[in-house]
Amino acid sequence: MAGPRTLTLPEVQKGQALPELAYDVTATTVVLGALASRDWRPMHHDKDFAQQRNGVRDIFLNTPNQAAWFERYLTDWSGPAGRLGRMRFRMRDSVFPGDRMVFQGQVEDVTVDDAGCGFAEVTVKLAVGDRLCTECAARIALPRTEGDNPWKRKGPDWQP
Amino acid sequence: MSDPTTAAADLPDEVRGWLGKKRYETEGEFDVERGYVFTTCASVENGNPLFWDEKTANDLTDGWIAPPTMISVWFRPHFWAPGRTGIAQPLQVHFDLKEKLGLPEAIMTDNTIVFREPVRPGDRLRTWQVLRSVSEPKRTKLGLGRFWVIDVEYVNQHGESVGTETYTGFGYRRES
Repeated sequence: MAGPRTLTLPEVQKGQALPELAYDVTATTVVLGALASRDWRPMHHDKDFAQQRNGVRDIFLNTPNQAAWFERYLTDWSGPAGRLGRMRFRMRDSVFPGDRMVFQGQVEDVTVDDAGCGFAEVTVKLAVGDRLCTECAARIALPRTEGDNPWKRKGPDWQP
Repeated sequence: MSDPTTAAADLPDEVRGWLGKKRYETEGEFDVERGYVFTTCASVENGNPLFWDEKTANDLTDGWIAPPTMISVWFRPHFWAPGRTGIAQPLQVHFDLKEKLGLPEAIMTDNTIVFREPVRPGDRLRTWQVLRSVSEPKRTKLGLGRFWVIDVEYVNQHGESVGTETYTGFGYRRES
């Protein structure tokens, strides 16, 4: 059986769009994500608290779980040989049960560093309808050839 | 790691003394384990074979690893522990700044994570926090407050860096 699909750097160009991911968020999505990230704060599982103390309409996705969503989105695209080097995100609005969240990504640049490691610089927007909720900029290493493996890099050969 | 430390001229001496200093160094309460990896992957429907298929994990990463974005999960205190009094807070420097600067409200405006050595089941990680900067007072639509930058460093039991998180927070007081 063939191994898992792996994207290589030569297949990636600046301006390229990543496949869109849409997901219908439920209360279970929010609570499972909070518990998976050991975030016990009530605004992520208690609707009354979220409404009365935070002044929002419902419980909402927490930050660490959003990071996990961005990772999933990026590695769905890259395949398992893709190695995240850096991720920066900025929250602008909340994601609630009943929202259909949509991830859209674009390659902003393709580079090879001094150690010979190939990277794609990608921006991802998480939106609900016209509402931009979170922006993410990620640097993900991709194999330059089929035999290359960014995960083998250590020390000075890994400059994320 | 963030840029070298910077601070507003009017900061209290105690807060100024925190700049660039390692604080709250601690070891994780438990070994990195696959149960949480599965729960995290399930929460976002992450089917990356690195976390589900042993051959792929062996071929690419010399064995199982945890999803890189789980880096802070291994340090969040549990909801309850015997003998603990009060609420255990992750990112304690952030809460210290709110208290010492008299800023009751705060938000995180920006989060950057740099990933280095992979985290593996069985690892016991250590972490500490470093305050990098505190701004002059600034007025935003939320209120009057200050921005601050905190680095959270993570290392494994071999002393290798597994990553750094950098948080930008804004502590403020609402204006009526």
